[in-house]
Amino acid sequence: MTEAAAGSAVVAEAVEKRFGATVALAGISFEAAAGELFGFVGPDGGGKTTLFRILATLLVPDAGRARVLGLDVVADMWALRPRVGYMPGRFSLYPDLSVLENLRFFASVFGTTVERERARIAPIYSQLEAFNDRRAAALSGGMKQKLALCCALVHRPEILLLDEPTTGVDAVSRREFWDLLADLKRSGMTIVVSTPYMDEANRCDRVALIQRGRLLGTDTPQRIAASYDRPLVAVHVADRYRALLALRESPHAHSVYPFGETLHYADARANLPADDVVADVGAFLGSRGFRDVRVEPTAPTVEDAFMARMGAPDETKAA
Amino acid sequence: MTTAAAIDARDLTRRFAGFTAVDRVTFDVKHGEVFGFLGANGAGKTTAIRMLTGLLSPSSGTATVAGHDVLREAEQVKRDIGYMSQRFSLYEDLTVRENIRLYGGIYDLADRDIRDRTARMLARLGLEHAADSYVRAIPLGWRQKLAFSVALLHQPRVVFLDEPTSGVDPITRRQFWELIYEAAASGTTVLVTTHYMDEAEYCDRISIMVGGRIAALGAPAELKREFQTASIDDLFVRLARKEP
Repeated sequence: MTEAAAGSAVVAEAVEKRFGATVALAGISFEAAAGELFGFVGPDGGGKTTLFRILATLLVPDAGRARVLGLDVVADMWALRPRVGYMPGRFSLYPDLSVLENLRFFASVFGTTVERERARIAPIYSQLEAFNDRRAAALSGGMKQKLALCCALVHRPEILLLDEPTTGVDAVSRREFWDLLADLKRSGMTIVVSTPYMDEANRCDRVALIQRGRLLGTDTPQRIAASYDRPLVAVHVADRYRALLALRESPHAHSVYPFGETLHYADARANLPADDVVADVGAFLGSRGFRDVRVEPTAPTVEDAFMARMGAPDETKAA
Repeated sequence: MTTAAAIDARDLTRRFAGFTAVDRVTFDVKHGEVFGFLGANGAGKTTAIRMLTGLLSPSSGTATVAGHDVLREAEQVKRDIGYMSQRFSLYEDLTVRENIRLYGGIYDLADRDIRDRTARMLARLGLEHAADSYVRAIPLGWRQKLAFSVALLHQPRVVFLDEPTSGVDPITRRQFWELIYEAAASGTTVLVTTHYMDEAEYCDRISIMVGGRIAALGAPAELKREFQTASIDDLFVRLARKEP
């Protein structure tokens, strides 16, 4: 590794990790720049948690290496730990301690106090302070995650490693949590975060798509979405399920998936203009008796691109 | 009993010491409908589902599920419904076949029915080769589809799905929804919760609970018109207040 990595907060090179016969990470390489909000997007079982545990110095890779803030995650782990704020995927605070007691505990572990760090944590802590005396176990999902973020920040880390902070959290709390991350980024913090929610990719500067221990691509969310290279149309139709089954039988269908209130239809003829696809799909559904069909070209999303790149779904690897 | 709604809740209420988790909730779900039951964390969804599945008595109000009163006929309710959640659905230390056999036994199915339905289910899911694998050894996406099929093994009239697709990859998530559509098309009523707002759009109708009450109820397209929002995600964010 050269010091071209000087501006890089994280550099991972061919990181591998196995658990028995299971390959959790099959050679992961990426760089996150200082000040960047970098996201790992992918389903459960993709290797996100293993990777974060390695970056947080809690697991040793079997092969490859990783540096965080210029320090090796194995050789320099003791120097690195106090400079990293890590939020594990599973709620890891003390459920029987109150909000304030949890914060005080995590501050004291790193030799500081809540009072001393108040200004730093204020934007998040101000949303929690009213519940200072509430046991952590009695907080809602969204508030638990804010408390965990606060605890990860209380010792002034230079980088945050947040493993699925929004999983299982409702849509409102998720948005609020990402707003907090945007604020932290503006203050200069480097953030590496993971999520199974594809729509959250758009909140990141750059994302790495991860599945089964491999990266399917690393780029800005805009470029990943734009990399989708087939004509794609959105179909608005009342009887979506029947239309889905019908469209799969249409002569040029490449893929047909439910997508929000529409179906996304991709055509197998890669270079056909979208307007022709619109006309073909409309005519096909009309011939099958569907009425009030609206078909329009649509911009691919990160999720379309993820599905196109992942090839087969998770089931096909089994047994 | 085919004329009545599959789920019919009237002023359903549950109070705990000091607060009302579910506050006079009224809604119905038609036979064969896919109903999205949405709400922020802590809005009362879980408490409502526990009442509808016969696990928790209402403080006041009534509900019938598959034609049975949830308070007076809780045992019949349990017999006529299926339930699956993301958190728990199958026993990981049993094989696929053993799990199916266990659930068949719990619901008093005859041995021959269990054998027949097991064979059909495995064929339909393309899982024959994994019949004797431990559930913990098969990928999450498969497990969720299997869990759903097991929840339908005793041919319940209503099935409750609590965040069934959490953490599942985007293609498997859509395949799971096709199983839901298929079940609904064959007459099973589906009540489903999710944090994926695009999935809310897949439902025939949805309700959004806020602070123990239903704040919106209707078909996704109707609700977007009524509230003038571009998506159910936007509507949800607008309605659901922050609550600790």
